[in-house]
Amino acid sequence: MSDTITKEQIFKPENIVYKKTDLMTDNVLSYCPGCGHGTTHRILMEVIDEMGLQSETIGIAPVGCSVLAYDFMNVDMQQAAHGRAPALATAIKRLLPNKTVFSYQGDGDLAAIGTAETIHACNRGENFTTIFINNGIYGMTGGQMAPTTLEGMKSSTSPYGREWHAMGHPLKMTELVARLPGTYYVTRQAVHTPAAVRKAKKAIRKAIELQQQKVGMTFVEVVSNCNSGWKMTPVNANKWMVENMFPFYPLGDIKVDGKLVKEV
Amino acid sequence: MKGNEAFAEAVIRAGADGYFGYPITPQSEVMEYLMAEKPHERTGMVVLQAESEVASINMLYGGAACGKKVLTSSSSPGISLMQEGISYLAGSELPCLIMDAMRGGPGLGTIQPGQADYFQLTKGGGHGDYNLIVIAPSSVQEMYDYVEISFDLAFKYRNPVVVLTDGAIGQMMEKVYIGDQKPRLTEEEIREKYPWATLGKTPDRERNIITSLDLDPYRQERHNLHLQKKFKEIEENEVRYEELNCEDADFIIVAYGTSARISQKAMDIGREKGLKIGIFRPITLWPFPKKEIRALSEKVKGILTVEMSAGQMVEDVRLHASEKIPVEHYGRMGGVIPTPNEIVEVIENLFVKG
Repeated sequence: MSDTITKEQIFKPENIVYKKTDLMTDNVLSYCPGCGHGTTHRILMEVIDEMGLQSETIGIAPVGCSVLAYDFMNVDMQQAAHGRAPALATAIKRLLPNKTVFSYQGDGDLAAIGTAETIHACNRGENFTTIFINNGIYGMTGGQMAPTTLEGMKSSTSPYGREWHAMGHPLKMTELVARLPGTYYVTRQAVHTPAAVRKAKKAIRKAIELQQQKVGMTFVEVVSNCNSGWKMTPVNANKWMVENMFPFYPLGDIKVDGKLVKEV
Repeated sequence: MKGNEAFAEAVIRAGADGYFGYPITPQSEVMEYLMAEKPHERTGMVVLQAESEVASINMLYGGAACGKKVLTSSSSPGISLMQEGISYLAGSELPCLIMDAMRGGPGLGTIQPGQADYFQLTKGGGHGDYNLIVIAPSSVQEMYDYVEISFDLAFKYRNPVVVLTDGAIGQMMEKVYIGDQKPRLTEEEIREKYPWATLGKTPDRERNIITSLDLDPYRQERHNLHLQKKFKEIEENEVRYEELNCEDADFIIVAYGTSARISQKAMDIGREKGLKIGIFRPITLWPFPKKEIRALSEKVKGILTVEMSAGQMVEDVRLHASEKIPVEHYGRMGGVIPTPNEIVEVIENLFVKG
């Protein structure tokens, strides 16, 4: 029938409103539906793509849910020992100062086992970008308490809720590194709504642009959900995140142009 | 020149790209020498003092994964801390150089020389099935010479190489012949020579991934079999050793590093007394000179290993020597260095009077 539109007629360049970046591979994501990792991967790769940096980019995958980030990101990648991504990134950036280098780490990786490497890379003002996914829990190992687990929040190793006398306080790593002179841009973002995704992407773009100027550490936290670890549906997990995570981990810039813009 | 300084100068001249380390006695002169020499001006080499040995070894991982010639140096407790990272380097097949100036242990032990890291470096040390190429210099000249050889072996086999020494050789001063400055590789040269290096994905190739992870057990086993094949190849091709007066010897001292130097004096004293002593010095502790020990053991009356430990290498010697002759161990610990006379006395008591 003449009035039927063929596939060829639809897939014209001028009709395409969205296309997956070539910097995301076709591998099926290993993340749970509703998890923020996939979206964060995508916007990070879109930024690298849009800036034309694929051939100059080296990424570091951590240990945790995103250990397989290299299956999905179509850039040269190294997989680090648990918590040590900042040490790898430091060496790469020192040896190859003009490359674009990012470490992609979760809260257990960055804020527990890798605390020393994180603090010292930030304090030395290493010129790479840290992407820090904070979902307040150890996802891959099955929902144990993380350094970022909120007070009262239940996990498999805090089954009656985190109680600070016994288990310590949740650690605000991003506020902590913002106070170090070596960090230049420190921000906290989220990817739970289209508006938040756009903002987070802008923040990542800014961080990568600043990295080209060699001004010091650029640090982007993404507060995310872990619906399987939190034992909630994706929708409820996002709702719970907005109501509980955001008051303790408020979104927005913390340090801009090397100056604190928020009391920390 | 001191052994530690000769090592550091050799590193610059070998065209190394980066040193990452953390101060620990008795080898802090390595980083001090490098910092004072300003290698960033001489060759563009990076020298960075890291926040810990854990960070240092992982900096090696990052640099090595980019095809860069990188190294660290440390001493026993620091090496213990690095073991996780060393396992990752071996698993991910990354070349690098690790210098260990052994001290007495266990624990904080002492800063005096020791040789009790033999097990933790030749038998793995970290988790998983892997081997490190372990080279034991016994002079300041060898501290210099084995730097370039170690880098070459590391890149040839894509495996970490350890230069295993101790505080005595590090502090000892001897004359050294110094080689020419080798150029550092350019990024283009690295891309050409080491196509696996993560230097940025170009349109002409797939992305490079450096990892030791594979969750598929059959693929992970295949990777392990590949590593084992490589280790076998190293065992077949890279054994190094030195023999002194072994042709007519009745008794053989097997020793490496500082112990080998002291044993030379013991050999001289023994020979003056009419004891036909020879020395077999493994230069590579892994791969261990198995066949050579076997052959030698078939024509002598007894073997004594001299180590500054409770007896570690002696296990390998016993494993490969003929069962028809006694293989004994003599060692001092806690930073005490055995004297040549002690060693001769032990040989007399064990093999002559006994």
